[in-house]
Amino acid sequence: MPVLKTYKDLPSTPVTFYSTESNKTGTWRTIRPIFDESKCTRCYLCWKFCPDLSVEVAKEGDFPMIDYDYCKGCGVCANECPSDAIHMEKEAHK
Amino acid sequence: MPKFTIPKEEYLYKGHSGCPGCATPLALRYALKALGPRTVLNFPAGCGGVILGVWPGYAMKVPVVDNAFECTAAVANGIRAGFEVKGVEDVYVVGWAGDGGTVDIGLQALSATVDRNSNIIYVMLDNEAYMNTGIQKSGCTPIGAWTTTTPVSGGKGYNLTPKKRIMDMLVANGVVYGATVNVAYPEDFVARMQKAKDIKGTKFIHAFAPCPAGWRTDPSKSVEIGRLATQTGTFPLYEVDRGKYSLTKEIKKRKPVDEYMKLQGRFRHLSKDAIAEIQKLVDEEYERLLYKVKVTNG
Amino acid sequence: MIEVMTSNYAAAHGARLSKVEVIAAYPITPQSSISEKLAEMSVNGELHGQYILVESEHSAMSLLIGASYVGARTYTATSSHGLALMHEMLYWATGARRPIVMTVVSRAMAPPWNIWGDQMDVIGERDTGWMQFFCENNQETLDTTIMSYRIAEDRSVMLPAMVIEDGFILSHTFEAVDLPDQDDVDDFLPKFNPELKIDFNDPRRFGGLVMPDWWSEFRFRIARDMEDAKKKIVEVDKLFEKKFGRSYGGLVEFYNCDDADVVLALAGSAVGTAKHVSDKMRERGKKVGVVKIKTLRPLPAEELTKLNDMVPVVGVFDRSFNFGHGGGIFSEIRNGIYTPGGGLLTKNYVGGMGGRDFTPKHMEWVFEDLLRIKKEGKVDRMIEWIPLRDGTGRWY
Repeated sequence: MPVLKTYKDLPSTPVTFYSTESNKTGTWRTIRPIFDESKCTRCYLCWKFCPDLSVEVAKEGDFPMIDYDYCKGCGVCANECPSDAIHMEKEAHK
Repeated sequence: MPKFTIPKEEYLYKGHSGCPGCATPLALRYALKALGPRTVLNFPAGCGGVILGVWPGYAMKVPVVDNAFECTAAVANGIRAGFEVKGVEDVYVVGWAGDGGTVDIGLQALSATVDRNSNIIYVMLDNEAYMNTGIQKSGCTPIGAWTTTTPVSGGKGYNLTPKKRIMDMLVANGVVYGATVNVAYPEDFVARMQKAKDIKGTKFIHAFAPCPAGWRTDPSKSVEIGRLATQTGTFPLYEVDRGKYSLTKEIKKRKPVDEYMKLQGRFRHLSKDAIAEIQKLVDEEYERLLYKVKVTNG
Repeated sequence: MIEVMTSNYAAAHGARLSKVEVIAAYPITPQSSISEKLAEMSVNGELHGQYILVESEHSAMSLLIGASYVGARTYTATSSHGLALMHEMLYWATGARRPIVMTVVSRAMAPPWNIWGDQMDVIGERDTGWMQFFCENNQETLDTTIMSYRIAEDRSVMLPAMVIEDGFILSHTFEAVDLPDQDDVDDFLPKFNPELKIDFNDPRRFGGLVMPDWWSEFRFRIARDMEDAKKKIVEVDKLFEKKFGRSYGGLVEFYNCDDADVVLALAGSAVGTAKHVSDKMRERGKKVGVVKIKTLRPLPAEELTKLNDMVPVVGVFDRSFNFGHGGGIFSEIRNGIYTPGGGLLTKNYVGGMGGRDFTPKHMEWVFEDLLRIKKEGKVDRMIEWIPLRDGTGRWY
């Protein structure tokens, strides 16, 4: 990540130059998804429907993993799971 | 055997600024899974552009150009012209605008681009209002909806004009391929994009995107509401390939629209009579679609 | 090769010789013949590249911005209301640092409709960050178009430029123009090679959302680069002279100004009239000079400040009026250069609007008026509209 100090460090054309991955949106949550592997049928609907790319599947056949650094707690995964493998719980107070 | 029913590769980064439960990132994921890395998109003012993050951060793995509100189609045309003059053919150029930025302010540029048949894909992300500026009514706001510029008081004031029939307008304009897609049906979304991308000319994709903030819905229900929109016939899935209409999802028995509307705060004020009126209009519109399918397939 | 042609055709040849890659065309009088000529050239193979008919000037500019991001050299032409319609995108082209070159055939704004020459339209666009070059004759239009690409596409500049010709006075008047050889122009004008363009191996977002913590710095960059462009403009003019034997002074040309009693500063086709009248009056012993403003943006402040020490009286002729303090060029000169207490007397002459002829007779009256001001040592009124039908031509 280049160091920006003065106007001379700017690109001449306004362009972006790093990804939003430094923006850990997990802090937005008030509820969090809890995943129960025993009920999971690996239909991958949760992976398909997560708007924040916070449900990851390493490769076909693996169980999904929730990335709590970015999960915003929308609850779409819990709502869509056909086998009740995900339910939402209140985020613990910090 | 567990399988991925849509391509695995992601072209969006985590940490984007979409609301929890927002359908736009889903639409972008599915579209880019179909198009691949040699895609350039251009975004006007709207949720799409803001979701991609604040400078110098950026949430996509493909290049993106920002443009002013009404010229999405013109800028996409320009990018394609630039590639053509340089002799580069194996790229996809996608103009990605919202509903207001398409049917209202962007209509002139879109109509002309369709007319020129420039080789671009135009995606209209339809969340049924000007969401980025705070939920104002657009040409795609459905009848009965509350918005901040059609606020409800004493049971009155909600939007009375129907959604602009943008697909029919563009078919009349001569669009080579048009399709409706829904984030609740990812496989179909990807399949439509994959079919559209290699047709030469301007392709129009009408993407349905429920918005929890603007529709006053539970964020966890965004996909469910999208599904109900299609299952009730409010947002049927069909394509128009060189003038021929065909349904891409058959709904044998449509659910009553009330099931779709009762989940949304923006329809909360509607009386039983109003809902019955809306049911009638949805029925008529769906019959009209079936008629178009019949007539254009001779 | 010498050919007789209008300034519009000269502009079209300028674009062709510059090997523009994407052209957006939309008709408006008096610019339409540029688009028509380019269409002809495109069809008969003289012009390679995309020629796209758009549905409005706003879309024309938008389309070119998109094409410029891919690294294509772009061109369009417009006038009056077309320029006003693309106003929003003019700011966009500047902010996006796209070196688009556009011919503006300046014409009056409506209502009432008036298709003839006037500079209200371009004066209204001074604040957009576009470079503005005024042309005195058809040859200059062609030459300035080619020079503009060299200046605009330079990596230290990267700002769009408008080449301005007076509507009907230049655009539809035939003059002899020397068409340079394509090989010579290729030598003079390198291919457009921007530092940043759409690249799938290095995906970026062009534009983006910048918070208050960095916005000012982006704007400062543009202001800085616009100032630095002055050096580039002078440099390119000298290089052009070396290659093609013609020079236009770059920013400002002082004509007959040595030991002048009074000078008249102006831009556009009227410069030719002023030079002619100045020569005639010099023959009669009246020491009058002409300051030709070739570049209005970036504002050549240093050159114009010399006027403070050069002469006691400076008149400014404007083909526009900005409803504030006189015509566009007068307000630039007076407010930018005038040092309070510095003793420089200035007066604005507003005329020739909406296609009204500003003849050598009128020009002579202006010079005589300036000489009278010098003799009396004071300015009678700040702004004078001449000629005007109230008989006296007095404004205030």
